[in-house]
Amino acid sequence: MTGWEIFLTAAIKTVAAFAFLLTLTIILVWFERKTVADLQNRIGPNRAGPWGLLQTVADGAKLLFKESVTPRKVEFGLYIAAPVAALVPALLIFLVVPIGRPFHIGDRLIDLSGTDLNIGLLYILALSSLAVYAVVLAGWSSGSKYPLLGAVRASAQMISYEAAMGLALVPLILFTGTTSLKQIVEIQGGSFGDTFLPAWNVVLIPSFLIFFIAGIAETNRAPFDLVEAESEIVGGYHTEYSGFRFAMFFLAEYINIFNIAAITVTLFLGGWHGPTFGLGAPFDWVLPIFWFLAKSMALVFVFVWVRATLPRMRYDQLMSFGWKRLIPVSLLWIALSTLAIGVRRMGLPWT
Amino acid sequence: MVEVIVFAIFALAALGGALVMVSARNPVYSAMGLLLTMFSMAVFYVMNGAHFVAAVQVLIYAGAVMTLFLFVIMLIGVDRTVDTDEKIPLQRPMVVVLGTGLVFLVIAAAWDSWITGRASGVCTVDCTGTIEAISEELFGAWLLPFEATILLLTIAAVGTVALAQFALKPRLVESGGEEE
Repeated sequence: MTGWEIFLTAAIKTVAAFAFLLTLTIILVWFERKTVADLQNRIGPNRAGPWGLLQTVADGAKLLFKESVTPRKVEFGLYIAAPVAALVPALLIFLVVPIGRPFHIGDRLIDLSGTDLNIGLLYILALSSLAVYAVVLAGWSSGSKYPLLGAVRASAQMISYEAAMGLALVPLILFTGTTSLKQIVEIQGGSFGDTFLPAWNVVLIPSFLIFFIAGIAETNRAPFDLVEAESEIVGGYHTEYSGFRFAMFFLAEYINIFNIAAITVTLFLGGWHGPTFGLGAPFDWVLPIFWFLAKSMALVFVFVWVRATLPRMRYDQLMSFGWKRLIPVSLLWIALSTLAIGVRRMGLPWT
Repeated sequence: MVEVIVFAIFALAALGGALVMVSARNPVYSAMGLLLTMFSMAVFYVMNGAHFVAAVQVLIYAGAVMTLFLFVIMLIGVDRTVDTDEKIPLQRPMVVVLGTGLVFLVIAAAWDSWITGRASGVCTVDCTGTIEAISEELFGAWLLPFEATILLLTIAAVGTVALAQFALKPRLVESGGEEE
């Protein structure tokens, strides 16, 4: 491919991915409100459009036209930069996730992901570690007590759970022998031996659970939403934001939820793999996208379900759960899985 | 051409970030300046095909170290006026002399020899297989230094825990004795 073709492909893919994420957010917000309403015996949004589907669009439009109030004591530069710092990593992470089987246009093979990075997993960890800046900067630059409290909570929480998140991925890297998301998905094709069970990495159940729990904590969702606990510190880091600046934080949160769900699906639940029923031409690349979205939405449902079910943790519980439970368990699991993988590859040491 | 433009943008960003870090009155802006410099350096690593180093740079320095810096800055409180008196005599002239000396040394070294060979504009190694290449070097040829580094880090971590424990011990013993 020539330089221009590479540039154009990248531009098209990036714009498509961003458009996809922004559209998806509208559905996600509606989905969450409806599901939480169901779980709490309410009806939920039902006025705007069929089943209240357009409620999010209406809310978004409202936020767009609302005045962005700027308190007097803010550090203006960082105050403006923080919402951008929230949205950019959220959008960029999704670019390495393969959402479907690669397909041919003419004689050219197109990957259905922004790009396939050799260091895919590290890229994800690196960008998700940048997400904390948005919260910290927003909290600090607001020049107000509650946001600052939220920011201090956030920095401690996100660093703690990031460690668990990274450790949970080590057995996966050892097991698959790669950090490229495309290859991780390819390895999960087919089934175990002669059984009908799919050969997904979900056999690494401890990794899967630790990663998902840490993911919930990283996105600051209930029961780990101390960063924006309404009953304790008003709105946390985004207390002083309104209008479209607030909307950007809101967008980033929902895009991050989908990112965590999509990455978990890619790493542990087989990515876009699923039965295609041998239907042939258009279906063998449409169905994988469907399976990917279906699995991701199932995990998004778990996010919402957890939020509607579990009460918020106390701060000391959050820290002791992170440092005294999750991290030791993931270290133990690394040791065990390393032994198991070593024995599988090289046999027992005395034989 | 693209490479030159990208390099120019991020070289300016790196230098600007470094200047902000040194000159900003507010420590939070200093931290942000350092972050910008680190991020620009990650871009340079990517341009040289070292994706792994770039990811680690962002993950460790930008993601962990700088977050801790910010955490500490915010805990201590940024509103207090920082003591900016210069204690060392002749600090500024010395900085100028040493700084220019360093710049000349770097230029002289770069004029004379390149460790990686002179810039050729093409990737001599496989640019997409960096993680495998690094692990083969690290766990093959350089295994002993690698293990020694691990030992060093473990000693540091254990030492931190030990120091914290030793500092607490006398008080714990005393209070225990009183209870009995």
